[in-house]
Amino acid sequence: MIEFHLDGHSRVATYMQVVQQVKQALRTGLIGPGDQLPKVREVAESLAINPNTVLKAYRELEIEGLVEGRPGVGTFVTRSLAGPSLAAQAALRRGLEGWLRRARAAGLEREDVVALVETTLRATFQQPAQPDAARGEIA
Amino acid sequence: MTTAALETSGLGKQYGRTWALRDCSLALPAGGISALVGPNGAGKSTLLHLAIGLQRPSAGSVRVFGEPPAAMIDRVGFVAQDTPLYRDFTAAELVEMGRRLNRRWDGDLAHERLRQVGVPLDRPVGKLSGGQRAQVALTLALAKRPRLLLLDEPVASLDPLARREFLQALMGGVADEGTSVVLSSHLLGDLERVCDHLIVLNDGRVQVLGAVEALIAEHRLLTGPYPDSPDLGGATVVRESHTDRQTSLLVRGYDPGPLRLGPQWTVHDVSLEDLVLAYLANGSAGALPGPVDITPRREART
Repeated sequence: MIEFHLDGHSRVATYMQVVQQVKQALRTGLIGPGDQLPKVREVAESLAINPNTVLKAYRELEIEGLVEGRPGVGTFVTRSLAGPSLAAQAALRRGLEGWLRRARAAGLEREDVVALVETTLRATFQQPAQPDAARGEIA
Repeated sequence: MTTAALETSGLGKQYGRTWALRDCSLALPAGGISALVGPNGAGKSTLLHLAIGLQRPSAGSVRVFGEPPAAMIDRVGFVAQDTPLYRDFTAAELVEMGRRLNRRWDGDLAHERLRQVGVPLDRPVGKLSGGQRAQVALTLALAKRPRLLLLDEPVASLDPLARREFLQALMGGVADEGTSVVLSSHLLGDLERVCDHLIVLNDGRVQVLGAVEALIAEHRLLTGPYPDSPDLGGATVVRESHTDRQTSLLVRGYDPGPLRLGPQWTVHDVSLEDLVLAYLANGSAGALPGPVDITPRREART
């Protein structure tokens, strides 16, 4: 069984934090197929959050085919995320390290890098239909 | 079509010449947890009292699961402001009293809950801490197994730990049966994770109404150079503030498509608290399923 923690300063929606933590646990192999997720009531109570938020997170995970709700019993993991994604992560991380080295060499401070990453993330993930819309909201 | 847990239409309540609440039309979905916020005197308690039938409307109507409040009294739990209880009674006596006064009553649930939160059953509730008294009041409301639970500022007088424990007990208590909840509070920070719907009352009127997620998604804070005035596309300004160099705009109807901002502009997400405060600071802005104008009216004084 895993336990959820919320980042009070994060602007990531609460349900998404729960989704991400389940996926993180799946990626790292902390939980795998057959394992049960904490009951909705338990999560709502321990985190003092709306039970509908927990339901939404679990539904999202179910839609993604990672877990399965068994009525009256609970929610169970059906698929693992450990494996191919770990390998991909290692390669991506190496690429990112190289990029960060170039950014530093170009004179970017830590805050500059964070700002650049955040604006690019926003542009990339908020406007999927318009990949050319990189006019951006922040320059 | 599902019936709303609480639905009002043109609801108003007048005390003498003053309207404590007017033109209040809203529908809160069953199973939702709604936050009712607004300054003191905005009409929050009045709306809750009308919903439970403690007061009669001066205008309009109120329905609980499609029925008049009086017909639903067995299915509505209410925790009043400052959680008033008979202070000389013990928690056990209050549970027994609840059993005798209510047709629907789950005494086992009440005892189990009180045990879980560590409230002694044999002490007069007047001698309990504020947090424990609030837990007793919540337990008594939940023991009715209500379909709709109304709470009027239940955590206002509690310290942060007791507040969290109360919200934990509340969220756990409503999880199993999908109880609909309306919770009034002016502690905005507590509400963002707890509530999925928002009602902002200001000056007796509904100023903002909607699903929290949708409201957060359509609002942004834009900051940029003053006196630049950007093309906001279809977005409307809820509140703007300036320094000699900078403009801050909290906008509704944010859409990155048509929005054209100069390179010096930054877009920030807003929290529920930012959003509520922006509306309360600007009484003429509204966010309802349709636009509203609640320009403060003048009270007739003679």
